[in-house]
Amino acid sequence: MSDQKVKKKFLYINRKAPFGTIYALESLEVVLIGAAFEQDVSLAFIDDGVFQLMNNQDANAAGMKTFSKIYRALGDYEVRKLYVEKESLDLRGLTIDDLMPVTFEDEDDDYAEKPSIILVGRSEMTGLIASQDVVLSF
Amino acid sequence: MSTLHTVNKSPYERNSLKSCLDHLQSGDRVLLIEDGVLAARKGGAFAKALQDAKSTCAIYALGPDLSARGIGASDLVEGIEAVDYGDFVNLAADAARVCAWL
Amino acid sequence: MRFAIQVNEGPYTHQASDTAYQFAKAALAKGHEIFRVFFYHDGVNNGTRYTVPPQDDRNLQKLWTELAETHKLDLVVCIAAAQRRGILDANEAKRQGKDGDNIAPGFRISGLGQLIEAGIQADRTVVFGD
Repeated sequence: MSDQKVKKKFLYINRKAPFGTIYALESLEVVLIGAAFEQDVSLAFIDDGVFQLMNNQDANAAGMKTFSKIYRALGDYEVRKLYVEKESLDLRGLTIDDLMPVTFEDEDDDYAEKPSIILVGRSEMTGLIASQDVVLSF
Repeated sequence: MSTLHTVNKSPYERNSLKSCLDHLQSGDRVLLIEDGVLAARKGGAFAKALQDAKSTCAIYALGPDLSARGIGASDLVEGIEAVDYGDFVNLAADAARVCAWL
Repeated sequence: MRFAIQVNEGPYTHQASDTAYQFAKAALAKGHEIFRVFFYHDGVNNGTRYTVPPQDDRNLQKLWTELAETHKLDLVVCIAAAQRRGILDANEAKRQGKDGDNIAPGFRISGLGQLIEAGIQADRTVVFGD
């Protein structure tokens, strides 16, 4: 394992819908492996990326793997900051209620279950990007 | 320190340029590369958006990609600077981070 | 400055590999260090030695191989993405029971952790994709 003293802010930018291309799935695989490096990880869902978090995904009839449950497991990997851009939802006629519930257990609060999805406006998302050390796009 | 944003797709094909311009902070820099340089051609639908962004952020277009696509220096939206790969490297080094809008 | 480069697309279909190569070459010419070039998604297809591009056009695999040799670059092909797309080294071919391998010289197959490590160790991470 690399230099554990270094803790950088990693932002994974997701702007593509799932299934039409592999980027959503393969970027998630990076997040899972990356969790072992104990960096400060955030995921940003902008533009069509918000569709990655849609509830009730079922790719069975399409003959593909429904991988949406991996988002739900992110809390177990200490990945707890999933920023969803409100303007991207609005344009697509979506609200946070259309998204799957993604939660984590807060060990500092008696393991209370808390939402990992953080709804942000565009300017807040801009500020988030501007605070990162490493930005990975897929 | 600022962000270097790269946009590599044509704005007529994809919304990457728009998304990029929607997420700029004052002092950031935008580098158009590959098909992204098509936005820099004057008279196009995105000339105004680029000019508006220019008031707070510098906008560059990668020269080799402009030449490849037949866009000359006189075809560029005013104030957009053509740069080479060496400048691209400098821009990346000078920024705090690079954000690719694919 | 120490750079980490991520290449998300294969050769020719997208310009990503070309731009990444030109960037890497320019960075090295300026005396910068490239910590690693990590090939992900279809980017793994840059690492096959079996391409035969037309003679009058650039040979991207050879360009990457030569750049790696000249500057001792670490070109890493992601194992998960490679398995999906059929890029193998001799070890992988044996492990997976395949009748051959195709990895190009100068490239090595390794895990996704190499990308994260590159992001941690480098001063700047630059992504080229579609």
